[in-house]
Amino acid sequence: MSSRPAAPHNVVWLDAPSFPEAARKALADTGLRRNLGRATATIRDKRLAVTGELADWEQLRQAGAALKRRTLRHLDGYLVQLEEAVTRAGGTVHWAADAAEANRIVAGLVRATGSTEVVKVKSMATQEIGLNEALAAEGIDAFETDLAELIVQLGDDRPSHILVPAIHRNRAEIREIFVREMGRRGRPAPEGLSDDPRALAEAARLHLREKFLRARVAVSGANFAVAATGTVGVVESEGNGRMCLTLPQTLITVMGIEKVLPDFADLEVFLQLLPRSSTGERMNPYTSMWTGVTGGDGPQEFHLVLLDNGRTATLRDTVGRQALACIRCSACLNVCPVYERTGGHAYGSVYPGPIGAVLTPQLVGVEHAASLPFASTLCGACYEACPVRIDIPQVLAHLRAEVVEAKRRGSAVPSAEALAMRTAGAVLGSPGRLALAQRAAALGGRLLGRGGTVGALPGPLRRWSGARDTPAPPAESFRSWWKRTREGGPEKEDGHDCP
Amino acid sequence: MTARDIVLGRIRAALADVPDDESPADVPVPRDYLRSHAGPDVVALFAERVADYQARVVRTEASGAPAEIARMLTERGVTDLVVPPGFPEELLPAGPWNRLDDHGPLGVAELDAADGVLSTAAVAIAVTGTIVLDAGPGQGRRALTLLPDYHLCVVRADQIVGDVPEALALLDPVRPLTFVSGPSATSDIELDRVEGVHGPRTLDVLVVDRDQPQEVG
Repeated sequence: MSSRPAAPHNVVWLDAPSFPEAARKALADTGLRRNLGRATATIRDKRLAVTGELADWEQLRQAGAALKRRTLRHLDGYLVQLEEAVTRAGGTVHWAADAAEANRIVAGLVRATGSTEVVKVKSMATQEIGLNEALAAEGIDAFETDLAELIVQLGDDRPSHILVPAIHRNRAEIREIFVREMGRRGRPAPEGLSDDPRALAEAARLHLREKFLRARVAVSGANFAVAATGTVGVVESEGNGRMCLTLPQTLITVMGIEKVLPDFADLEVFLQLLPRSSTGERMNPYTSMWTGVTGGDGPQEFHLVLLDNGRTATLRDTVGRQALACIRCSACLNVCPVYERTGGHAYGSVYPGPIGAVLTPQLVGVEHAASLPFASTLCGACYEACPVRIDIPQVLAHLRAEVVEAKRRGSAVPSAEALAMRTAGAVLGSPGRLALAQRAAALGGRLLGRGGTVGALPGPLRRWSGARDTPAPPAESFRSWWKRTREGGPEKEDGHDCP
Repeated sequence: MTARDIVLGRIRAALADVPDDESPADVPVPRDYLRSHAGPDVVALFAERVADYQARVVRTEASGAPAEIARMLTERGVTDLVVPPGFPEELLPAGPWNRLDDHGPLGVAELDAADGVLSTAAVAIAVTGTIVLDAGPGQGRRALTLLPDYHLCVVRADQIVGDVPEALALLDPVRPLTFVSGPSATSDIELDRVEGVHGPRTLDVLVVDRDQPQEVG
């Protein structure tokens, strides 16, 4: 039995083009590139300033990576421990093998309360499983309450960043969305709304306030859950999280199984790593932690849904496993030269950027996201920035090999890539064939080269050469030069003119 | 087979490379990071770091606290004031405010309409400028310090620790915990930081030092 979900749901968007195709469109959008360039530069500087304050930042990263490694290698034990602790504290734990099962569980729990609407805290896990769409199909309205998620939801749009999902929208677009859409979902935007971020935040406050005050059910994700105590935590900025976690009678939390941590004291590492890596703050405005239910304070019914949905398949790969250590800080997106230019939508997944390029193909299977492991220059900036030291370039290279292998298995006709590699092997393996090929290349280079580079090539090489400038092959190969000058060739010259 | 059996079974199969006799403690976790990044004066550092979040910090000796509280409430234009159960009566100033106690308990509409809340804290963290609420005396249930738009938090100087590891060691995870670092904020629009969204939009912190002994003249 495969442990990957039968339908990938929102991990990959089914109508999304492959990365190269989407990237080409995104690159042509100069406004988007300017917004992204400015935004990622701002957040990069903030992150460097606050991580630079801690002399032991590297030791914290080492500890974070080691804690995640310990947890993942003993994940079954920690999850059972977490289940016991949550149950003891008055909560109920549910297990979901895939997205469909998680959605079914949540919809059933909401229906049981008699409510037809839920307020939601920003959550990657519920994005991943397409919970809002699944609830809508059951006649349940899900209201996103994080400002950026609200912008995305009202704009009938998709998130483009893990931390700031509406990073691709500017203030004028956001104002327009609020004016047009808020009235259809509740309290309309105030008359004469300006595009000042302060005014837009105020409009969101007013629009959501009535929803918070009447909400009976909330759905959240979790940044962590402590196995030993059953304590669950949500890290946020706006206070929408506190509203959802405090006011409703029923709280349903959907959490990926990899989010469990051994002990409460281990939070001392992650509460230092996460805010500084994520928003570039010493601490985010609000972190809420709760253990089961507390009489007279907050929700009196608590459900924790533990989600697999491809995580155990990722765990099986001893190289790729480390991607499960991700704490969703998005530092790798902000430092990535590819993300900075293409934006998040090009990745066609709720998990964009470098971490998405390693996580998405593993969650859904490389055959469903074959272009993503190639959406990187392997420059290594993501590994440097990662607070839990996920070696993203290593996993990318590993997954590239898997993609080529999967293509070979899936097709009787070898791909251009596999063919090229096979031909290269044959040519490089025989001095005679290599000499012939080099003479042919010198001739071809003279025909195709313009100003020292070869542009777009015809045929199967078109896609590769379309985005790259290839140096034109030299008129003479090193081998033939060596032969001519060192082995007494016909036109021997002095050796000062080294190639 | 239940979903629980399926997921746990998959995990065990996926971890075939982990030796059967390996225990979690066999996976080393280096703990050579610092317990604190704070210097000796944690109170001054706390005040500085809270102020970085655009919150106002005032420091006073205990005997001056009621007057300071009265001044801040007046400045913020507070009339309807939520006072959580267990708030130290000796700190409460006399004044024109209408005190809302949570004996009822207060409904969400009443809390939403209140002008402010006056609370204590459980612990405070200097390096990160954080106050931690644990629903203890003077703090009340979480909604009390959430819905009013203004939060005045009184922190005793001896409640301030240097850094996150020291604070966690003092907290009881069974209690509902809220870490507050400045007023609510968002950077979701063009990464332009705006203070004040859903949580209290204004946060004032009063740090109360023990009275200095009077010199005998």
